[in-house]
Amino acid sequence: MSATAIGMRAGPSFVFRASLRRNRRWALITSYVSLVIFAIFFLIPPYYMVVTSLKSDAEVAHMKTNPWIIADGVTLDQFRLLLTQTDFLIFFRNTAIVTVCVVAITMVVSVLAAFSLGRMKFWGSSILATGIFLTYLVPDTLLFIPLFQIVKALGLLNSYWGMVLVYPTLTVPFCTWIMIGYFQSIPKELDEAALIDGANHLQMLTKIFIPVALPGIIAAAIFAFTVSWAAFVYPMAFLYSADQQVLTVGTVTSLIRGDVYKWGMLMAGALLAAAPPLVIYAFLMDYYIAGLTAGATKG
Amino acid sequence: MSTFGTVQTWLPRFQGTRLAPPATRGLRAFLRRRSIVAFLMCLPLILIIGSLVAYPAFYSIYLSMLNKAQTRFIGLGNFRFLLSRDVFWMVVQQTIIFACSAVLFKALIGLVTAHLINNLPSKGQRKWRGMLLVPWVIPLALSSLGWWWLFDPTHSAFNWIVTGLGYGEIPWLSDPYWARFSVILVNVWYGAPFFLIMYLAALKSVPEQLYEAAAVDGANAWQKFRYITLPMMRNIIAITVLFSLIVTFSNFDIVQIMTGGGPRNMTHVFATYAFMLGIRSGDLPLGAAASLFMFPILAVGAIFILNGVRKRGREIG
Repeated sequence: MSATAIGMRAGPSFVFRASLRRNRRWALITSYVSLVIFAIFFLIPPYYMVVTSLKSDAEVAHMKTNPWIIADGVTLDQFRLLLTQTDFLIFFRNTAIVTVCVVAITMVVSVLAAFSLGRMKFWGSSILATGIFLTYLVPDTLLFIPLFQIVKALGLLNSYWGMVLVYPTLTVPFCTWIMIGYFQSIPKELDEAALIDGANHLQMLTKIFIPVALPGIIAAAIFAFTVSWAAFVYPMAFLYSADQQVLTVGTVTSLIRGDVYKWGMLMAGALLAAAPPLVIYAFLMDYYIAGLTAGATKG
Repeated sequence: MSTFGTVQTWLPRFQGTRLAPPATRGLRAFLRRRSIVAFLMCLPLILIIGSLVAYPAFYSIYLSMLNKAQTRFIGLGNFRFLLSRDVFWMVVQQTIIFACSAVLFKALIGLVTAHLINNLPSKGQRKWRGMLLVPWVIPLALSSLGWWWLFDPTHSAFNWIVTGLGYGEIPWLSDPYWARFSVILVNVWYGAPFFLIMYLAALKSVPEQLYEAAAVDGANAWQKFRYITLPMMRNIIAITVLFSLIVTFSNFDIVQIMTGGGPRNMTHVFATYAFMLGIRSGDLPLGAAASLFMFPILAVGAIFILNGVRKRGREIG
C-alpha cells in the first residue's frame, strides 16, 4: 500500500492529472451509455403500454406494422371505450374510497403508536417495537387464507369495506416503524420545554411532534397510499363481483371478457389505474424515496 | 389557563428537589399515568396487529390441520399429502430458483446502476434516479399486465424484434422454461430500482475523504470499490438482499397474472400454489398448509434482518 503511494507521488504530477481527467471523461461517457441501456430496459413496458393504448383496435390486431410505434394515427378511442363501456370508473371509485380510508386509519394508528413507542416508553414497549418490525416482514401471501375465514365470518366477503379492514396490516407496521425513527430524532429538549409549559401529551404530539416530523409523516402517508392502491392478493382472494372490485384486480380480470383480449383498452386501463401513484411520485419524489429508504437506515 | 398549567406542573418538580419521599411518590404517579397514556396510544396498533396478523397466523396453523370441509381434525394430514405430491416439490424448487436468481440479478443491477448514477455530476443524478425508479412506482399487478402483453403469443412485440433479426419466435409464456425465465425477468425489472435507491442512499453516506485518501494512495476504481465501498455498504447490502429475498419469496402478482402457475404448474410459487389450492379449489386447510411452508424461510430471513437493522442503528447513532 505505502509502496504504491510513494510510486504515485514520485511520478510527474501533471501527467497524472491529465490522465485522471481523461479517465474521468471516459468514465462519464461509459456511465451515460450504460445508463441509457438500463433506462431502456426499465422503461420498455410503460412505453409499450402507452403506445398500445393510443392505437386503434385494428392496428393492435393486425401485425403488419412495427408494434413499437403508432403507424395508423393516434386515437383516444380505447380510453373512451374504457370509461363508457366498462366498470372501470366503479373500480376507480372503490379503490379511491378504500385508499383514503386506509391512509387515514394508518396515519392515526401509526402516529399515535410511534409517538408512544418512540418517546414515552412503557413496560414492554421495546418488545412491541421489535414485534412491529417483524410484523412488517409477514407477507400478505401468508395471511390471506386465514384472513379469508375472518373476513367471511365478519360478513365482509365481497365487500370493499373488507379491504379497509385488512389493508392496514400491510401499511401500519412499516409506517409505525419509520415514524418511531423520525420521532426519536427530535431533540428531547423540545418535549421538556413543552412539559414545563404545561402541555399534556396530546398537545405535545399535535403542537410539536407532528409539525416537526411532518416530512416523515408525508413519507409514511405516501407509502400507505401506494401500498393500498397497488394491493393485489387480498382483493384477488376476497372480492369477486364487479361493483365491489378494486382497480388492480378489476383491470386484470374483469376487463378481460371471453377469448378476445382488447389489449388497447386493457393498456389504457392499466395506465389510468397506475396514474395516481405515478403523479404522486412525480411531485413528491423526495418524500417517496425517503419513505422507501427509511426502513433500513433508521433504526 | 396556560399560566395555571405552568405552575401546576412546575411546582411538584421544584419541591421534588428538596423533599425526597413525596417526590418519589409524585414521580411514580406521574410515570404510571404516563405509561398508561402511552399504552392507550398503542392500543389501536396492538388491536390491529393482534387480531389481523398474530391471530390469523396462529389460526392458519390450526386451519391447516382440518379436513377440506373443516369439520374434522386430521393432524398433519395436509402436510403429509403435500409432501407426497410431485407438484409440491416442483413448487419448492421453482420458488427457490425464482427468489434466488431474481434477487441476485436485482442486487447486481441495483449495484451497477447506483454506481453509474453516483458517478454523474450531481445535478443530473436526480433526473436519472427519477427515471429508473418508475418500475417500482407502477403497481406490480398493472405492469405485469403490460409485460403479459409484451409476451403475448401472437402479438409479442419482443418476437417482432426477434424474428426481425432472423431468429424463430420465442414461446415466452407457453414453454415452461421460457415462462420461468419470463417471470424472473419481470421480477428483476420490478425490484432492481429498489436496490438502486437503497444503494444510492448508502453510497451517499460513505465519507468522500476515504475516496480522496485512496486516490492519493493510487488506488484504482476496483480497489476503491473493493476496499472502501463494499465494507462501508456491507450492512445495507445484507439488509436489502434479505428483505428482497423475503418479498420475492412470497411474491404473488407476477406469476398469478402472467402464467397462473402454468404451463404444467411449472411456474407456480408458494403464494400462487396456495391461492390455487385454497381459494380456487376451495380447500382452505390445504392452502393454509401450503402457505405455511413459507414460514421457516421467512422467519430465518426476518431474524437476520432484525440483527442487521439493529447493528446499523447502533452504527449511525
